[in-house]
Parts: sequence; C-alpha cells; structure tokens
Amino acid sequence: MENNSFLINLENLSFSYNGRAPALENVSFQLSGKEKVGLVGPNGSGKTTLFLLTMGLLRPSSGKIELFGKRMEREEDFKEVRQRIGLLFQDADDQLFCPTVLEDVAFGPLNQGRSSREAREIAIDTLNSLGLDGFEDRVTHKLSGGEKRLVSLATVLAMKPQILLLDEPTTGLDAETTRRLVSILENLELSYILISHDMDFIVKTTAKVYAMVNGQLSSEREVVPHTHVHVHDYGRLPHVHTSTEDVTPEHKDPHK
Amino acid sequence: MLEEEFSQGDSPVHRLDPRLKLVIGALFSAVVAVSSRWSAFVPGALLALGLLFLARLPLRKVMGRLILVNGLVLFLWFLLPFTVGGEIIWRLGPFAATRQGVFLATLITIRSNIIVLAFLALVSTTPVFALGYAMAGLGIPDKMVQLFFFTYRYIHVIYEEYQRLVKALKIRGFRAKSNMHTYRTYAYLVGMLLVKSYERAERVREAMLCRGFKGRFYSLYEFSVRRADIALTVFLLSGIAAMALLEWV
Repeated sequence: MENNSFLINLENLSFSYNGRAPALENVSFQLSGKEKVGLVGPNGSGKTTLFLLTMGLLRPSSGKIELFGKRMEREEDFKEVRQRIGLLFQDADDQLFCPTVLEDVAFGPLNQGRSSREAREIAIDTLNSLGLDGFEDRVTHKLSGGEKRLVSLATVLAMKPQILLLDEPTTGLDAETTRRLVSILENLELSYILISHDMDFIVKTTAKVYAMVNGQLSSEREVVPHTHVHVHDYGRLPHVHTSTEDVTPEHKDPHK
Repeated sequence: MLEEEFSQGDSPVHRLDPRLKLVIGALFSAVVAVSSRWSAFVPGALLALGLLFLARLPLRKVMGRLILVNGLVLFLWFLLPFTVGGEIIWRLGPFAATRQGVFLATLITIRSNIIVLAFLALVSTTPVFALGYAMAGLGIPDKMVQLFFFTYRYIHVIYEEYQRLVKALKIRGFRAKSNMHTYRTYAYLVGMLLVKSYERAERVREAMLCRGFKGRFYSLYEFSVRRADIALTVFLLSGIAAMALLEWV
C-alpha cells in the first residue's frame, strides 16, 4: 500500500520530555480511512504523547509524521491539517473555554472562516445531532461532567473533521452517558483512535486494539478483545453494566 | 463563586444594550465621584434607586451587597476622622477626631453607596459574557476582553482546584497555626495553584490551536440599540448632566 493512502502515517517516532526517559521510542503507526482503532496501556506509557505529536503540539526528536499523505514538519504544516483532525482532550475544562455552549461549539467553525450565521447553524445542528437540543445558551462551567464531555465532542465535530483522536472519553462518565457515547461513536462515519482504560467501551467502539507499553507500540502486541465472566456484590439487585449484552465464556489462558 | 444572581431577568434595565449600560455607569460614577454637594447627591441617589426599582432586583439581596460595601467603608470611619488634620470636635484618649475628617468619611460613604447602587442596577443585571462583548463593542482592546473572559471562565476551575487542595490538607489533619509548618504549607498551596493554572493555560491554548485559533475571537452576538434603549439612555444622560450642573453651578 502506498503511504498516501493512510490518513495518519507515523514512522519511527521518538520523543522525550526534557531530560527524562523517552516517552516514545521508535513508534510507528498507520491509520487508514474508516478505521476505528483503540489504544490501551498503563498510565504514563505515552498514549497521550502520541496524540500530541500527531497534532503537532509536541515535536518528535526523531521520526516522520505524515497526515493525509503530506509530510508534516513545521507549525505551518500542522496549522492547515489540525482542523481536519479533532482531538478530544482528557479534561473537558481544557476544551470548553467560552462562556456559553453555543459560542464554544461555534468557535471552530468561526476560525474556519464561516460567517456567524453559518457558524451558529452548524453549532446548533451539531448539538442536536448529539441529543443536546436546547443547550445553546447554557453556561459551560455550570454543565455536569457528562454534559461537558458531550459538548466537548460537539465542539470537535462542528469542525467536520476526518479523524477523531479521543483521549479517555469515558473517564468520569456514568453508565448512561457512556452508553450514549457508544451509540454516538457507532454512528459516526469517521476514522478515530481512542485511548481508554475501559475495555468494555473499547470492545464496543473499535475494531482493532493496540497496546502501548513503556513508549513502545508494536503490532505483535495487538490485543484480542474479550470479555470476562464477572462476580460482584449486590449482583441480585437489578443493575446495568456499561458492558456487553452477551457475556462470553471466560478464556483459559491467564493474563500476562 | 460569581453566581450572577441578578443577571437573569426581564426589565427595561435588563434589556438595555450592555454597551449603553457601561457608558452610563461610567459617566454616572465619574460625576458622583467628584461631587460633594447634596444638590448632586440627592438626584444621584434618586436616579440609582429608580434604576434599581426599574430592574426589579430583590431588595434583601441588594441590601446584603450594600452591607458588604459598607463593611469596607466602616474601616474608613475608624481611620479618617482621626488622621485628617483640622478643627478638633471630639477626643478619645490620645486620639482626636476632626470636623474635616468626619466630613471626608461622610462624603466617601455617600459616594460609594450611590455608585454601588447604580452599578448593581446597571452592571449586575448584565450577564458576564454580554459585558465582555460590550467592552469589545466599545473599542476596548481584544486582549483585555479575552483576559476578562478567561478570568471569568477559569476562576471557577481554579477555585475548585483550590478547594480540592484544601480538602487534601484537611483530611490529613492540617490545622492552620502561627508557625513555620503552616506558612510553608500555604506557600506550597499557592505554588501548586500557580503551577496547575499554568499547566491548564497551556492545555487550553493547545485545545484552542486544535480548533484553528489564529489569535482573534469572532463574536456570535450582535448588539442592537432599540427605541426603548434610546429613550432610557437619553433620560439617564440628562439626569447625569443635571447632577453635574447642580454640582458646579
């Protein structure tokens, strides 16, 4: 396959934060169209760093970044393509900085040169498509955690990106909001990479899962999605899991 | 924190174009701040009370805010009469109160109360973001307006971070005393808040870059001055002009 058929093509990326052990070492990664990929790995293994490098918010110490078939080197290169990739931050308070929801969602489209009328329409359509009708005039800092997350997603989607990078989108969400997020992602006609520690969520939203350990990402460690039979207290009470309708049998091999 | 409890409402004052409110508020305060005659204060107070009445603000809460302001003014009453030189009218041990000092304290009390009343009626009836856009609309530099917005948006987040840190201290049995340990802990607390705010600022900047920020904010809102606005503005401006005349003529 030729390189320019990849949306994202990262080759041998290395990166280290000032004077510390490398956060990423020789990481290569490709994302092609309509691919939905999960990224798992322990805290501090370099998953978020990979996102920041892809967006050009950090510069690799070595390696090559190609986005949409174009080599990325300088800030100017990234400026153009950044708007075609939507990054959903871990903390929604970092993402929502305008006083009202409508302004925040319209911020991206306005930067893309839309008129305020168009931006307003796009913002309202995006909010409605996420089931956030009537949120326009809400004040961002007064939203609940789940609402903040969904509005953040709206701010990113309003820019009509071709790729989404989602950094732990389910952190702090309750079961109901997580379910809503799953159904939103299922219906998106977009490629995305999703970082999460929530295996149930990953299984439901991605087709392929990579693991990142100590700044290394290798395809041999491709993870096989599976579910566990589980036990917990109060199991007789009516309750819901964020997981699976069909619980598959326990696997025989022990985990490493 | 920053509840903005007066900003929602439906009254001629609430509906008044925020740009006009800022201009009127500024002119009104300027005139009151340099006035020193009853002939200016009485119409000033009437004007401020009239606006409050028109805005239909809950009187109890307005009183609450006034008490806050007068708490500060009270300190002036402890200081000014005894520190301003002049004709002595009252003695308390080694301290002597002067007529000029009392006059000055009275003047400041009246001025600050009238100005606060007018600001409560005009500015606190405007949502913060409308105020920001009004500032931009009046030609205040973009950077100032952005600082205003970000302060409003993140003061809550930083306050929450502060409260988390304070809780973390409390659950480990910290009690403020007058010793080195307390001072050091408070220094850590402030330092931690600064570092966290700085890091958050970096992340917010990154989030803005990701959404194509090029150093300029585009406003979604367009203000429009309506006929009722003009009527109210003309009335208020002539009131302010009358006060100025009564003061200086």
